Amino acid sequence: MTGSGPTRDEVQVAPGDAPETQGEPSISAYVIGLVLASGLTVLSFYITRGTLFWQPSIPTALIVLAIAQMGVHLVFFLHITSGPDSTNNVLALAFGILIVFLIIAGSLWIMANLNHNMLPMDQIMKMQR
Amino acid sequence: MIATVGRVVSTSESKRIAAGYGFWIFLLSDIIMFACFFAGYAVLVHATNGGPDAPQLFDLDRVAVETACLLGSSFTCGLAFVASGKRRAALFYMAMAATLVLGASFLALEGAEFSSMVARNAGPTHSAFLSAFFALVGCHGIHVSIGLLWLMTMMAQVYAKGFRDDILRRILCFNLFWHALDIIWVALFTVVYLIGVTP
Repeated sequence: MTGSGPTRDEVQVAPGDAPETQGEPSISAYVIGLVLASGLTVLSFYITRGTLFWQPSIPTALIVLAIAQMGVHLVFFLHITSGPDSTNNVLALAFGILIVFLIIAGSLWIMANLNHNMLPMDQIMKMQR
Repeated sequence: MIATVGRVVSTSESKRIAAGYGFWIFLLSDIIMFACFFAGYAVLVHATNGGPDAPQLFDLDRVAVETACLLGSSFTCGLAFVASGKRRAALFYMAMAATLVLGASFLALEGAEFSSMVARNAGPTHSAFLSAFFALVGCHGIHVSIGLLWLMTMMAQVYAKGFRDDILRRILCFNLFWHALDIIWVALFTVVYLIGVTP
């Protein structure tokens, strides 16, 4: 794609560019995204205070709402879609999500395991005396 | 990965795709760095060293206003991006100025939160929990500050050079950066603030 003229090549869109509106970007996606994201945010803050949800389920519900909102941001603000011209962007994103998952889940797993195998703190204090 | 859709692209468009894709890779690496801070926070959240814990420190009303500021700024940033694509300078400047005001309001609120916590003897040196909190939230705040500097640079460059192709590529990257910061804030207000105050 270094030639001076137009090339017919494997075409991708840049992240952020809406594929269906090439050259003619529109604000409708941003309006939809704003409405959906606001709704999810309000719901997140509401269930923290209210009695809408069964108390022990609230953290799980919050995480589900947050993941939904990140999806809304990706689709409506960053225009990362499942279309064929967005494949490179989606593949990079999938790899990023894998690494994020490994780092967070792996850290929590290892540290919980270490804490579990360690003596309770008061006994460590006794041994040091 | 090859996905042929048979669309003819010009050189400037292929440069735009390459710039956007490269910046997207950078953003993903930035998100991975944030994941490390999140993992550190999650591991240390109960290590309060006898000091204040999350429900005693966090003010959800302030966090709600911060969230509204950042979400609104994400929307106005999108408007500025659309305006730049249509080369409508007045709309672009107005939307960028709105983004600047909302982003600065966010930073002011976060600064007020940090200084009130330090004043209550809950600074980053007090416990591992607070160190992790200030590192995570502060790192996001630094990103927002850099974003605001970049935003003002883009306004100045559009004023000085107009909507040239290279300027439009920079606006695309700035737009991606700002939306990514909002995505990180979604994770942040959920994991740190909302789950933090849930009993």
